[in-house]
Formats: sequence, C-alpha cells, structure tokens
Amino acid sequence: MAAVRDNVFPTRMNLTVTKTRLKGAQTGHSLLKRKSEALTARFRAIVRKIEDAKLKMGKVMQNASFSLAEVAYITGDISYQVRESAKSATFKVSAKQENVSGVILPMFQPEVQASGSQFELTGLGRGGQQIQKARGVYIKAVETLVELASLQTAFVILDEVIKLTNRRVNAIEYVIIPRIENTISYINSELDEQDREEFYRLKKIQGKKKERAAATQREMDEKAKLAIDDGNIHQVVDDDSETGVRNILSEQTDSDIIF
Amino acid sequence: MKEIYFNADAGYLEGVVRGYRDGLITKPQYSNLTQCETMDDLKLQLATTDYAPFLQNEPSPISTSTLSARCTDALVAEFQYLQQNSAEPISKFLEYITYGYMIDNVVLLITGTLHERDTHDLLEKCHPLGFFDTMPALCVATTVQDLYNTVMVDSPLAGYFRECLSAEDLNELNIEIIRNTLYKAYLEDFYNYCMACGEPTASIMSEILNFESDRRTVNITINSFGTELSKDDRSKLYPRLGNMYPEAQTRLARVDDMDQVKAILEQYSEYKTMLLGVNLNASSGGVGGNELSLEDRFFIKEVDLNKEAFEQQFHLGVFYAWLRLKEQEIRNIVWVAECISQQQKDKINNYTPIY
Repeated sequence: MAAVRDNVFPTRMNLTVTKTRLKGAQTGHSLLKRKSEALTARFRAIVRKIEDAKLKMGKVMQNASFSLAEVAYITGDISYQVRESAKSATFKVSAKQENVSGVILPMFQPEVQASGSQFELTGLGRGGQQIQKARGVYIKAVETLVELASLQTAFVILDEVIKLTNRRVNAIEYVIIPRIENTISYINSELDEQDREEFYRLKKIQGKKKERAAATQREMDEKAKLAIDDGNIHQVVDDDSETGVRNILSEQTDSDIIF
Repeated sequence: MKEIYFNADAGYLEGVVRGYRDGLITKPQYSNLTQCETMDDLKLQLATTDYAPFLQNEPSPISTSTLSARCTDALVAEFQYLQQNSAEPISKFLEYITYGYMIDNVVLLITGTLHERDTHDLLEKCHPLGFFDTMPALCVATTVQDLYNTVMVDSPLAGYFRECLSAEDLNELNIEIIRNTLYKAYLEDFYNYCMACGEPTASIMSEILNFESDRRTVNITINSFGTELSKDDRSKLYPRLGNMYPEAQTRLARVDDMDQVKAILEQYSEYKTMLLGVNLNASSGGVGGNELSLEDRFFIKEVDLNKEAFEQQFHLGVFYAWLRLKEQEIRNIVWVAECISQQQKDKINNYTPIY
C-alpha cells in the first residue's frame, strides 16, 4: 500500500495525538466488529424464522381458502353479509420497537379482539359453524402474515445495517488504521531524522569549538614562546612594560570628543 | 280421484322434470369428475352433462366461481322453463318454491339499505330464482321505513313481513334474525299450502318440509351457542312444524352445548342413525380426517328424502325435490372443482352423491 498518511506536521505532540487516534480506531474497530457479529447472528435467526413462517403460511393459507370453500359448499355466498356487518376491526396490528445492538427493528403484533365477531349470527340457519371455523382459520392466517411481515421488515433493515457496519469495519481495518500507522511511522522517521540532524549539528559545533580552542591554544603557546624569547632580553622591564601597556588603556582620561 | 286429472295439468311438466332428474350426474360420472387433474379436465368431463351448453363458451382457465355461476344459470334456465309452461296449481307451487330465494334477495337489499349502499349494484348479486318483477322497485327506497312500505306493497313476501316484523324491527334486529324469522314464516306457510294440496303431495312434501324445519331448528340451536342470541329469541326462530315440534324444540331452546343437542336428537329414530359416528364438533369433513359432519349428514338425509319423492307419481313434490337435488349437484360440482383447483384431493370425495 502506498504510503497514504495524514497531512500532519511531524512533531512530538502530533505523534501523541495520532497515537491516541490509533487507539481510538482500534477500539472502534473491535466494537463495530462485535456489533456486526451480533447483527449477523440475529440475521441468521431471522432467516431461519422466515423460512419456517413462509412454509407455515403456505399451509395456513391453503387451509384458510379451503375452509372458505367449505363455507361456500354449505351456505353459498356470504361475502356481502360479512362485509356489511363488519363495523370495526376485530383484528388490529400494533407496531412496537425492538433494539438489537443499536438497530431499531419494528415488531408488528396482532391483537385479536376476544369479544366475538360482528357477524356471529351469519349462517344462523345453515353453516354458521363453518363460517366461524373459517373465521378462526383466517385469523390464524392473518396472524401468520403479520408475523412474516415483521420478520421480513427486520430482514431488510438488518441486511442494510449489516452491510453498513461491515463497510465501516472494513474501512477502519483496511484504510483508517493503516493510514494512522503510516502517519505514526512518518512522524517517527521525521523525528529520528531531526534527532540525527541535531546530533550531527552538535557534533559539528563541538568540532568547531575544539578547532577554535585548539587555535587559541596555539596562539597562546606562540605568544608564550615569544614572551619567553623577549623575557630573556628585557627580563628587568618585563613587569613595567606589561603594566605600562595596560596603563595606557586604562589611563585614557581624555575628555569625550563632542562633534 | 285427483290422479285422473293430474296429467291434464301437470303431466307434461312432470315428464320434463323426470327427464331433468335423469340428467343429474350419476355415480360413475362423479368418479370421472374426481379423477380430473385440472379445471380443464373437469370442464371436459362436464361437457357430457346437461351443463355443456352453459360451459362451452367460457374461456379456458375457468374459475370455480364462474363454474358455480354457469351451473346456477343452467338450473335457472330449467326452472324457468318449468315456470313458463306451468298452469295452476303447479305455477302457484313453483312460486312458493321461489319465495325462499326471494327472502334471501330482500334481506340482501335490506342489508344494503341499512348500510346506505347503492342497492342497484346488489341486484346482480341476487339469486335469479328469487327475482320478482317489482324487486327493482325496492332499490328506490333509501330509508328502511320506505323499504318496509315498498316491501309491503310490492313483494309477494308482504304477508310474511306483516305477520312477523314491523318497520322498527328492520332497523333494530340483526339481519340474520330477520332472515330467519321470514324463513320460518315462509316454511310454515308453504307447509300449510302443501297440506291444502291434498294427498299425495301433502304427505311427500310434509316429510321434506318437516325435515327442513328440523334441520333449521338444530342448526339455529348449534349456531347460537356462545352468541348474543338469547334463548327466548332462539325459540322464536324455530319453525312451528317438523318432527321435533313442539316438545323437543322447547328443550332445544334451553340447551347450551352439543352433547345436550345430541341427547335430544337421539330420541328420534330417524336422527339417531344419522348421528352415528358423527363428529359433532367437526365441520364439513374436518381438517383432521374424512369423517362426516352433522351438516354433511343432513345433506345426505335431504338427498334421500328428495329421491323418495320421485318414487311416487301424480304429485307436486317432484318439482321441489328436483330443484333441491339439482342444487346439491351444483354444490357437489363446485366442491369437486374447489378441491381440484386447491389441490386438496384427499377431501374430494366429501361430496354428497345423488344417484
């Protein structure tokens, strides 16, 4: 992978900041990974349930339409009476929410009114039993449908969320973490480089200093040599001449020249 | 002596009806029908029956509802032929038969009016046998009060309405109670008419109608368990005739569960045999197995009684019996068709064979 890195200034502070970011990214990665696993487990369970529910639905719907055929055999067409005598829904669906690792899934729950049907007298003279039975079977069929509907919705939502989470996990794993690591190594190498430069500079300075010290030393030595040579000649006035020179400098008492 | 003159009025029609009877689907034909794999096969098999002209123009994937409608058309066409060629007293008798369907139609219109629907659309849903000339006039009524007045003036059912219902009742009572009250009045009236026809019509029809009213009594009892229908109201819906009138009816009016109904029915020899092996709590065949329900047994018994009507000559009962058998046959065909189209072959034999 090409050295993709954040555009940061290689300083020690940025190094610390980037290292914190790396740690954050790793924590985030493991959390997301766990979330994705939890969702996938749930997803599998739902897929299994959907399969069961679909098979059940097939059977129940078949039963239901057959029981309607039985009603038709015994009473004939009752659809109009049933439609007209229905005043309010006896079968209601309420939606609830369920939280699966931060994903909100809608859950549909059937509510069957227990207090009998509004067309309980339909088919009083003939076939009432069959009508009530068909009603029962159809209620079961609708219950199965509602169950299947909430499973299917959960299936779609979970599918979406799992894809999203996996994308994030992969992005962190393969893009963000390598980038941060690259940045860290970049900063490190820059810092090392700086260290080396500094070291070299120090060495250089030290060398120069030594050179200079050596030069002064040499000068001093030479001076001393000369002094020794002179000393042999002007041994007596040596002290005076020395002080005489100094005195000239220190005894400058001329008044300041004012322009 | 009546028999001597019977053929003068009814000979031709009786011949026609007996011919119709021979057109009923027989056992081997039923077994052919039940062998069918698809609806097309079924249609092909039906092409050898009296239904052929009504089915041949239907486009091929035929649905059970169309099949049922076309078969009913066939029945209606035959019945109307009888009606058109009838004279007194047969025409009156045939009219009485149609009253039952009229009740259903009028009740349908009442339901529509109560819920403020456009009743014109409902005319199509009405059973064609129960169609009377002034029925479209009922659609003009927009309120129940209007409807009641119109029914009183314009329909042959006026008598039944006058006897048992007031305009307020139409609004307040459950529509099913109205229907059953009317039907009760109709059954009683029909019974009295048949009695007045003299032998042998009286004896044959009394047997069929007694059975019919017993069946209604039992059904109303069973179907009112656990509903808002009070026991007093229940007893008011029982027709005042039948083998079980009055003593068993008063007892049936008090029962609360199937076992008590069974105990009462077992005191009647004709129903005792019927109850043998019946799973009272199962409806038509039941999901669990192929045992017959009480309703199925009633159908079988009805078919038997109606078949017996053909054993005698010179009476009017054959018309009624033929119509009932034909209806049963249509139910059978539709049942077989449903079983085929829903692929529930294991219950295909739960129909009630006639011949």
